[in-house]
Amino acid sequence: MSIWTTFHKWGSPRWFYQFSGRLLPWLGGLSLLLLIGGAVWGLALVPPDYKQGNSFRIIYVHVPASAVAMGAYMMMAIAGAIHLIWRMKLAAMVMKAIAPIGASLTFLALLTGAVWGKPTWGTWWVWDARITSVLILFFLYLGVIALHQAFENREAAAKACAVLVIVGAVNIPIIYWSVEWWYSLHQPASIRFIGESSIHPTMLRPLMATMSGMYLFFAWAMLLFTRTEILDRERNTRWVQDIVCSGDKKPESRSVL
Amino acid sequence: MYFDSIGELLAMDGHGPYVWFCYGITALVLCVILFEARRRRLGAEQRVRGVVRRKQASANKAKGKE
Repeated sequence: MSIWTTFHKWGSPRWFYQFSGRLLPWLGGLSLLLLIGGAVWGLALVPPDYKQGNSFRIIYVHVPASAVAMGAYMMMAIAGAIHLIWRMKLAAMVMKAIAPIGASLTFLALLTGAVWGKPTWGTWWVWDARITSVLILFFLYLGVIALHQAFENREAAAKACAVLVIVGAVNIPIIYWSVEWWYSLHQPASIRFIGESSIHPTMLRPLMATMSGMYLFFAWAMLLFTRTEILDRERNTRWVQDIVCSGDKKPESRSVL
Repeated sequence: MYFDSIGELLAMDGHGPYVWFCYGITALVLCVILFEARRRRLGAEQRVRGVVRRKQASANKAKGKE
């Protein structure tokens, strides 16, 4: 199968709806298992940090929320670019689906960061580069949600959002390298792709569990929101009407979400 | 377990309220995302049913005219 055939197949809302339906139980089950397992591991089994004490355990929720919030934005920007370049309807739906999830995770990153800051830095908030750029990320997500609601025409909304999302993507490398470029209270990255990570392996393993759990949770939620968007936009098609109405006749066959 | 008792686990040498709040709010936000997904799904299904009902009503009307 050529790359273009695959691309077109992935762009078909109907094919995507059916394919994603098979992934949902795996993504949901595995993400909850990793998140709950990683949380118990991080809360009760690992020793405290030699400097920060037990407050360091917040890392197991703060870092995954922050990393996925940034990753989600990049995915939203890629979806926006695909929509602008190839006019793929599904990419616009994915972009719309990501915004509320990304906003929630960014809110979580800011809130858990503030609560971690109090016992560690002695303050809930500082206007330094890392924290301010994450606050901008939160406003960008809210901007995308508001922009979608401001337009009556879906196509115009998707186009405007795609432009906003792509322009806003410049904020992502700023967030990532802000702790290196400017003086900041925020510590530099503990996990490094190149070179040795500064976090001890006993503390790193539960972080890997909650991190992958959060990525899977994001994928799960993103598919749920996108599938709903597909049903909504394709409601005049026979296959969508069949899916909804066959669920009415056989209540036991309906999915929970 | 690293801690000797449940009491120590909850207190975490004074850091308990900060740590437990963060885990609690994370669980809450993730649940809100799932509830919102469910709410939107039900809304979309209602709109699809509305389309089907209108289609059936206009088909019945056309039959009645015949």
